[in-house]
Order: sequence, then structure tokens, then C-alpha cells
Amino acid sequence: MGFEFLDHTAEIGVRAWGRDLAEAFAEAARGMFAVMYETDSVGETLTRQIEVSAPDPEALLVEWLNSLLYLATVEHAVFGRFEVAIAPPKDGTEWRLRATVYGDPVDPARHSFGLEVKAATYHGLRVRSLDGRAEVEVILDV
Amino acid sequence: MTGRWEGPLRKIDDYRWEIPQTYKPGMRVPGLVIADETLIELIRRDQALEQVANVATLPGIVKYSLAMPDIHWGYGFPVGGVAAMRVDDGVVSPGGIGFDINCGVRMLRTDLTEAEVRPRIERLADELFKNVPSGVGAVGKIKVSAKDIDQILVQGARWMVERGYGWASDLEVTEEGGAIPGANPDKVSHHAKERGASQLGTLGSGNHFLEVQAVEEIYDPEAARVMGIERAGQVTVFIHCGSRGLGYQVCEDYLRVMDKVLAKYEIRLPDRQLACAPVRSPEGQDYLAAMRGAANFAWANRQLIAYWTRYSFAKIFESTPERLGMHMVYDVAHNIAKMEEYEVDGQMLTLCVHRKGATRAFPPGHPAIPARYRGIGQPVLIPGDMGRYSYVLVGTEEAMRQSWGSTAHGAGRVQSRTAAKKMLKGVDLVAELAKKGIVVRVQNRALLAEEASEAYKDVVEVVNVCHNAGISRKVAKLRPIAVIKG
Repeated sequence: MGFEFLDHTAEIGVRAWGRDLAEAFAEAARGMFAVMYETDSVGETLTRQIEVSAPDPEALLVEWLNSLLYLATVEHAVFGRFEVAIAPPKDGTEWRLRATVYGDPVDPARHSFGLEVKAATYHGLRVRSLDGRAEVEVILDV
Repeated sequence: MTGRWEGPLRKIDDYRWEIPQTYKPGMRVPGLVIADETLIELIRRDQALEQVANVATLPGIVKYSLAMPDIHWGYGFPVGGVAAMRVDDGVVSPGGIGFDINCGVRMLRTDLTEAEVRPRIERLADELFKNVPSGVGAVGKIKVSAKDIDQILVQGARWMVERGYGWASDLEVTEEGGAIPGANPDKVSHHAKERGASQLGTLGSGNHFLEVQAVEEIYDPEAARVMGIERAGQVTVFIHCGSRGLGYQVCEDYLRVMDKVLAKYEIRLPDRQLACAPVRSPEGQDYLAAMRGAANFAWANRQLIAYWTRYSFAKIFESTPERLGMHMVYDVAHNIAKMEEYEVDGQMLTLCVHRKGATRAFPPGHPAIPARYRGIGQPVLIPGDMGRYSYVLVGTEEAMRQSWGSTAHGAGRVQSRTAAKKMLKGVDLVAELAKKGIVVRVQNRALLAEEASEAYKDVVEVVNVCHNAGISRKVAKLRPIAVIKG
């Protein structure tokens, strides 16, 4: 599992991968926070639960990242570790994601600033899952 | 998804290029790009023109999907895109405004000269950097309650002025008087309000900045004088930012809503980020009411930053903002949707004009511009990159005919952030800018390269195309002397 940044003229793209969607989504979140902060030294003094749903895996990725941005802003927090579980739809429900996320209150001395991410966008959004490997791509508005 | 755009472009004249309606299935109108030979080559380097073609597929779009000379690849709409939709059968698309609703520019003038400011420029930069928080997670200096936020969403900049953060005359020279009617706080989510609550008075990061400038050249002394720009060397200020987290959340919220009603309204899109709903639908009306609230929040934000700018100057120059002559010149939005009247095929129509990285450029005599500027046209504020220039222009009749009363909003990127960083590896940009007489205060020096001149088109070329194509007219050129960034 891991993530890398993709070239875009004005924004920043993130490609993330893992053994399954849950891992790839967690890596995408790590990539997003790495745009915003120096995340190597992020601890686990804060724990939060997140639950989001969406009609398809692509929208679920956008919902997941945007809910993290919301949480990080209102809690003045930076997150570094993400335990993610994803459930496909059944009986007409939507895709669901539940996560426990770990991080710290932002401390400018330790988490030096990167770029503010405004939002995860639907443009160029890709989610693929095949034979024990999942890969996602998302463009972040910065 | 990257790479050069190889689609068809028909040259109409020296400043106009058409993407034929036949280029892509579903295009309802052609694309029209305002650029010269040099800029069009740069524009072709990424996928911005594909996005122009995509916007042309949106229901109700009138005449053409437009691109300003500073166009670059965005998400959904291109940055530098303008599209006007009929109200009766057209759509409103949150992506056509962007996440940073009412990102815009405010300009202040002063009686100070560069010679007077130079000796204290380091202290002034420090003071501004302290009083106008920037960067990720920055927290503003004032606390507002939930009730305050609801009022700000309706009253905009006036809310700040009434509490002492500005002058009554500031409102007269703010687009929409600093508060666009039709905002409804109930249509702005609790999450959006929470996200914006601590951010009033903050700049954000990326290309947002506060810049102290010296007038370099005046092209139109008459129009400049009306704006209070009198001589070369005079010190001015640009503030470039928007609605912060509140606006981002409003856009996110309504993209989600509209993504889910596309099937209901039988709308098919080439890019999901173009999600939209009919202007007259409940979803469209709710978005417009929320977007107007976010726009008003942005005007309040720039009002508060202007207050702290005046405060910082007064402190460093041991005077008052009044005695320093720190009047506002203008404040204009460049990410917004507005209902505007245009003559189309001999008929007056109300259109929903989307400006995504484009500046309104109304002509002399237009009823929507301040009385003070009726004789010269609406001031247009175009920031360049931090190492070159910024410009003041005025709107024109030609803009009403050609570009839905719009012109460029900046230089427009040509290099990605990673490419700019790679190219400038090992270069001490702070020292390079200091050599040019530009003092920089930035939260993260490593990020400076991403916003360097090399990452942008030369704003001089963009502005000259706007001027020569007639969609705005040059008034003055400003040179940065201090830059505050996230």
C-alpha cells in the first residue's frame, strides 16, 4: 500500500493503492494530509469516528476525504492513521464507510504547513478493485 | 489525463479561437477562447480546452462556452471559464463557481510613496503577517457566534463595517455593496457554518495573498485619478482570498445534492464534477441561496482583512488609516454566479452567468457599478504572480458584447506545482525576490516555488490580450514590494 502525487497544472492529484478498497482509501487520506502538513510526526492523541455513505465507490471516496477535511478544520486537527472498513450496498442501501482516525491537535511547531486542501473533486476520479489490489485516483482542489 | 490538447481550433481573428460545436457529441454551442498566438500555444499544453468543450454540453448554455486568456486546466469547468445559462431551461452548476465561492480581489490605495515605505517595509511585512493569519488551519482574530454567522451570510461586508471593521464608503466600492441579495442562511449547512466560523479574517493558502505594491505605470491617467491612483511610486494593496471553509463546504454539499438529481432532470454529463440542476428547480434555487450566503461571507472576510491591513499600516507609520488616505478602490469577485441582463439576438434576456476564475468587467454607465465609476467603467483587479506585476483595468462595452461582461482574473498557471518545485530546486526564492525589491513572508518557504513566476504565464501577455481584444482596458500597472502568503 502507498500513495503518490500526480501532476496537474493547478491542483494536486493523489494516486493511492492497497490490498483492498479500505486500504486504498486510508492511503488516499494519508496522501491528502501529506499535502497539508508535515505528517511524519503526527501522533495519536486524538481519536475520532467517521461514517459516510454514497451511491457508488467513487462518490464514497469524495465523501470520505471531504468529511476528513471538515473534521480537521473544525477540530483544528491533523490526522495520520486511518482504520477503514467499507461495506458494499445491500437491499437498496448505499455504499458505507466507517473509520476510526487518529491524529493530533495542530501544532505549528511540529506539523509544518503545506497547502490548504479545499476539497476532493469528482474530476478525473477513479476507483478500481481487482484480484487483491485496489487503486484510487482523486484530484484535490488546493 | 494529462498531455497536450489536440482538438480542432479555428482562428476567428487575432484574439479569438473557436472550438467547433461538432468537436464533441453533446456540445450545444461552440467554445470560444480569447487568446493570441502565443497564449493559445500555452493553453493547448493541458486539458483546459477539453473542459471548455465539456461546459458547452450543459443545458441552456447561450452562444458559447467561453475561456478567458488566463484559462488553465481546472476540475469540471476550466479556471478562466465563463458560461451564461438561460434561466428558463438552463442549469446552475456549483463547479462553475468553484469551491472557493467569491474568491476575489480587494484593492486599497494610500497616500504613501514607495520611498516612504521602503525603510519600514520589513516591519510592515511582519505586522501584516501577524495580523492577517495565513496558511492551513489558520484561525482568525475575531470570534463569531452561530447567530453572527447567520447575519454575516445575509449582510456580508456591512456586518463588519457596522462593528467598526471598515468605513461606510468601503461598501459603496464593493461589488453588490458587499452583500448580494437572495442569500438564505437556512440553505447553508451546519457543517459549512462550523467550518467557516474560526476563519474570518484569514487568507488561506495556495495562490491567495496580501500584496503591498508600488504603482509602476499609469496608462489612463483620467480613470486612474477617479480611482485615487495618482502617480508612479504610490503605494497600494491587493488582498486576494475568498469564503474559506464555509464556501468549500457549500460547494461540496450541493455537488452531492446535484449528483443525485441528474437522472431526475435527465441531465447527462461528460464529467461528474459538472453536476448541475435547472436554475428554477428547488435544488438550483437552494444552491443559489447558499452560494450567495457564502459570497457575502467572503466579502465580510475581505472587509476584515482590509481592516487589519489599515491597522498594520497605521501602527508602522504611526498614523491613522484616514491620514494615510487608505481608501478602498474596489472589491470584485472572480468565482461567482450572477443573474444578469444581456441582449441576445435583439432580445433582452436574464442569464445565469457563471464566472469561474473570471472577473466581471462592466462598462461605463452600467447601473450595477458604483456611481463614482459610472464615467470610467467598473475597476477590474488582476493579480499577477508574486515576482512580476498586477494590473488595474476597467470594464468595457465590448466585454458586454463578447464575453458576458467578463475578463481575465490572473496570470493563469502553466507549470504544475511539482514541475515548478523541480525546476526551482536549490534556488533560494526569498533571496531572489529580495534582489528584485520584494519582501516575502510565507508560512512555508518550501511551498514558495509552487507559486513562483515560472509557474505562471506572464500576466503582461494576459492583460495585453484583454486590452487588445477589448474586453477590458488597461489603467495602471502595479509592482509588488511585499507579499504575505500561506
